[in-house]
Amino acid sequence: MSDTSANSVAFVRTETVPPSPPPFSTTGPVKWAKDNLFSTPLYSLLTIVAAYFIYLILSSTLPWILSGVWTTSSLAECREVLDGVSAACFSVLTERWNQLIFGFKYPADQYWRPSLAFLVFFAAVAPVLFYKLPRKLLIITALFPFVAYYLIWGGTILTPILALAGVVAGYVVYGRLVAGSFAAGFFGGIAAAFVIWTIGGWIIPDNANEGAWLSAVPSRDLGGFMLNMMLGVTCVSLSVPLGIALALGRQSDMPLIKWICVIFIEFIRGVPLITLLFVASVMLAYFFPPGTTTDLFLRVVIMITMFSAAYIAEVIRGGLAALPRGQYEAADSLGLDYAQAMRLIILPQALKISIPGIVNVAVGLFKDTTLVSVISMFDLLGMIRGPILASTEWNGVYWELLGFAALLFFVVCYGISQYSQWLERQLATDHR
Amino acid sequence: MSTITDPPQGAFRPSMLLNDTRYRSYTFQFIALIVLIASFAFLGSNLFSNLAAAGLNISYQFLGSPAGYDINQALVEYNSQSTNARAALVGILNTLLVAFLACITATIFGVIAGVLRLSNNWLVSKLMSFYVEIFRNIPVLIWIIIIFTIMTAVMPAPRAFRGDDATASMVMNAFAFTNRGVYIPAPVWGPGSLIVVAVFILSIIGVFAYRRYATKLLYDTGRLLPMGWPSLAILFVPTLLLFFIMGRPIGLEYPELKGFNFAGGIKIGGPLIALWFALSIYTGAFIAENVRAGIQAISKGQTEAAGALGLRSGRIMNLVVLPQALRVIIPPLISQYLNITKNSSLAIAVGYADITATLGGITLNQTGRAIECVLLLMLFYLTISLCISAIMNVYNNSVKLKER
Repeated sequence: MSDTSANSVAFVRTETVPPSPPPFSTTGPVKWAKDNLFSTPLYSLLTIVAAYFIYLILSSTLPWILSGVWTTSSLAECREVLDGVSAACFSVLTERWNQLIFGFKYPADQYWRPSLAFLVFFAAVAPVLFYKLPRKLLIITALFPFVAYYLIWGGTILTPILALAGVVAGYVVYGRLVAGSFAAGFFGGIAAAFVIWTIGGWIIPDNANEGAWLSAVPSRDLGGFMLNMMLGVTCVSLSVPLGIALALGRQSDMPLIKWICVIFIEFIRGVPLITLLFVASVMLAYFFPPGTTTDLFLRVVIMITMFSAAYIAEVIRGGLAALPRGQYEAADSLGLDYAQAMRLIILPQALKISIPGIVNVAVGLFKDTTLVSVISMFDLLGMIRGPILASTEWNGVYWELLGFAALLFFVVCYGISQYSQWLERQLATDHR
Repeated sequence: MSTITDPPQGAFRPSMLLNDTRYRSYTFQFIALIVLIASFAFLGSNLFSNLAAAGLNISYQFLGSPAGYDINQALVEYNSQSTNARAALVGILNTLLVAFLACITATIFGVIAGVLRLSNNWLVSKLMSFYVEIFRNIPVLIWIIIIFTIMTAVMPAPRAFRGDDATASMVMNAFAFTNRGVYIPAPVWGPGSLIVVAVFILSIIGVFAYRRYATKLLYDTGRLLPMGWPSLAILFVPTLLLFFIMGRPIGLEYPELKGFNFAGGIKIGGPLIALWFALSIYTGAFIAENVRAGIQAISKGQTEAAGALGLRSGRIMNLVVLPQALRVIIPPLISQYLNITKNSSLAIAVGYADITATLGGITLNQTGRAIECVLLLMLFYLTISLCISAIMNVYNNSVKLKER
């Protein structure tokens, strides 16, 4: 049999055929385009429309941006340089850079102070954002509010030092009393801090700001993007603890406390931020003791903090509700009291669930800081709409300025949301 | 025989107020009540002494006095001699108008962008995620101002439409985009137009009745009537027939250039368009995310199970995917509508006469009644948002998973 088979087959290949490359249309960019861009006639049409749309936008904006002028000192001069060509006058950004960032009243020879505070801000916020950094860096975070206050507002150094002393005293008292009960430690700490601050208020003389190392800058001189950053950072960091307290209060078994929190949250969430800013600018002054003046910055911070605290409280309430009931019962069965159960078992998990929501609120809050321009504070948008567009040199350069503001906000907000997605991945402890 | 007795009740000691869980919550609530009353008393006494020092009082008399300012866009009759209350009413109607318009267009933008973002077409889905990221991360106030600037600084003035060498022209001879606003044709209601409108409304009802009948027939007998083209026919044929039989009672009045401005037609002011469009595209980006999340929340197994039952793809969408996705989409959608209503208060930045600009802006500045105006303003927005929350609760209860 074996010899016949050898004779009946005319040709037997003795070596394997080398694999040939797949057909051109099923590989590489062609296949990709076929699958992702032109899979059906409808998709092809959509692709063509979208590509044409992108071409329209790019062909009108790119030449305008690329041939922009960066060095002239007024719009008329810029138009002269451009000589009829339609292009951007970015020189408004270079010429008015300091105004856009610091506002138009901050003393020009003191710009280094907010800039330095901004640099320290990164060192202070790094250990909060990246939990793998050494924990000792948190000392910078704790000191940052006082350093930044001193750098930005200046005046006598006694104010931040006494404020810091109050916080330290409060912390020491808390550390002593917390072993007994959390409530005693908490309220004792607050009381101690208030005692120090009240005494400090008497110690600091009225004319302390004269001859200070850093000259005092009043709040109404703050402006530009610096004001947006300050409002955003201050209000977010103040509203997270307040939001936690409100969320816990809303879950409380005590009807009175529950209803105070519910009414507060629902009221704040029911009205637009702009009415709360009206309250800050025209109404809040009536509620302070007669004869005292509270500056607008503080009033705005109070109202924006209340606003975002109500939203953060709802986010955290969602996180608390998402925890399985067994976690609460396990904490109870271990014999932990309310404060211990919350601090050790419930809140760490609930806050982890709430991170995306809190970041969303923070991004929204940062965007909403532009609303202060409506109550005539000169933040970035207020500077653009007020002093810069109204000036004779730059009357009519809308797109460069508005585009710059949009870009600045986009970079910050997009950065924050990317960070939150990264953090979510880092904290994901469940197995997928 | 021993009887079971309660553990011995010790006499009440003051320290039990803090240490005994039976009394502790009362202690805390009592302290909270005291603090609450004290702070209200403190703020109230400050308020009254400040008001007395400034020679003011709380009174709503100013609502009845003439407003003394003009409003360029009013849905009800209004002139500068009307009362402040009427100015506030004009503002309320304007707020509701822009909120209503923006809700509709934002839903359209959001649904389109959300669905397209999930499409397999790489370019389109990237373009849509670009849209969502751009608009979500830039403040809405900047968008409002950008679009307002387009409306006022880029659009041609009415005089650009004049003469033989006009630099601007009307779109389809019916729409004029000028820096004073957009002019669109206005319908003219001739005699008998009421009948046409009534027939149109009746045919809408007829469409619903037909579809109901078809569904009932399907469930009772299994006979499938066509749905698509009969609905269209019922909707349009009787109205169009009647429209031409009666000699076209409804006409259109086109805007025309007269003198230095356009006359005729309906004028939509620049501020309204800026606010409407900016709120729509900004909130549309958020709605797109909600829609995408809602569709992605439906597991693929649902689609596959429906396919295994033999349903066609249109029916899978209508009967299986959409009812479940809407349950996820609609609650955040309604809170986006609430956000639109609240964000419409930014009208004050572009001079659109909504409630914030009339009552909270000009009336407040002219009368100096800050507290009263701001309180009324908050009351209005609070009422709106409570109404919307109530609607949302009703909806949530109606679609709640019935667990048995």
